[in-house]
Amino acid sequence: MHAISLGLTLFATWLLLSGVYEPFFIFLGVLSCVIVVAIALRMEVVDRESHPVHLSMILPIYWLWLGKEIVLANIDVTKRILSPRLNINPTVFRVQASQGDELGKVIYANSITLTPGTVTIDIDDDDLVIHALSETSKGDLETGEMDRRVTALGGAG
Amino acid sequence: MDMLLDIISGVLLAAGSFFIIVGAIGLVRLPDMFARMHGAGVTDTLGAGLFIAGLMIQGGFTLITVKLFMILVFFFFASPTSSYALANAALSQGEKPWTRESDNTNDNKEDSSSKT
Repeated sequence: MHAISLGLTLFATWLLLSGVYEPFFIFLGVLSCVIVVAIALRMEVVDRESHPVHLSMILPIYWLWLGKEIVLANIDVTKRILSPRLNINPTVFRVQASQGDELGKVIYANSITLTPGTVTIDIDDDDLVIHALSETSKGDLETGEMDRRVTALGGAG
Repeated sequence: MDMLLDIISGVLLAAGSFFIIVGAIGLVRLPDMFARMHGAGVTDTLGAGLFIAGLMIQGGFTLITVKLFMILVFFFFASPTSSYALANAALSQGEKPWTRESDNTNDNKEDSSSKT
């Protein structure tokens, strides 16, 4: 199941990146995809963690929400950087990641880092250590909305 | 129609450039390594995003646009991963995050920022 979807993803990537649709080159593409999938299977890295196909339906919705958050956070950080008094108050604090599995924690930690104003600097079991640029960034994260949404992703799979 | 697309893409490119410059200003103005990463984050997300969106409109419905979209997706996966690696490396080497309090109690802001 994961091997097939990995192969199809690889082949679609090949077709889109090459742009040459002569039979010989398509044959080369199929051949390399099969070899890569075979190697990946031998390495035993084809599973729901490396190729989370169960998320592909719900992830775009999350990305739209994350995109909105990123734009809002960018505007906030931009104002702070450009303000003459450099209106920042950096803090380090912990938030709890309620995902349980490693994939969920990685998605949550990377989403935090992707949002300007907050960076994940360490992971300590279920706690994420966050460096925030200001109280606003810290407050946004402490509402726990992002944590809930990432947990919901895992629950759907 | 071409005119309109050119205007939209021009606006997106200009806005993207603005946020890239803001990120660069942030890199210079912010006090320490951890804070500077937030500045770099502006360049990585909204700067790169708007800029690539502008280029995609120039590309139209072609493979170039698909490739630009792939670049954007890779960007959004690679940038937080490398940010985390950088921050975690600094933290494990004993780099202390700058705060308002540490700046008032001891005047070593210049020392800590020149180290980074």
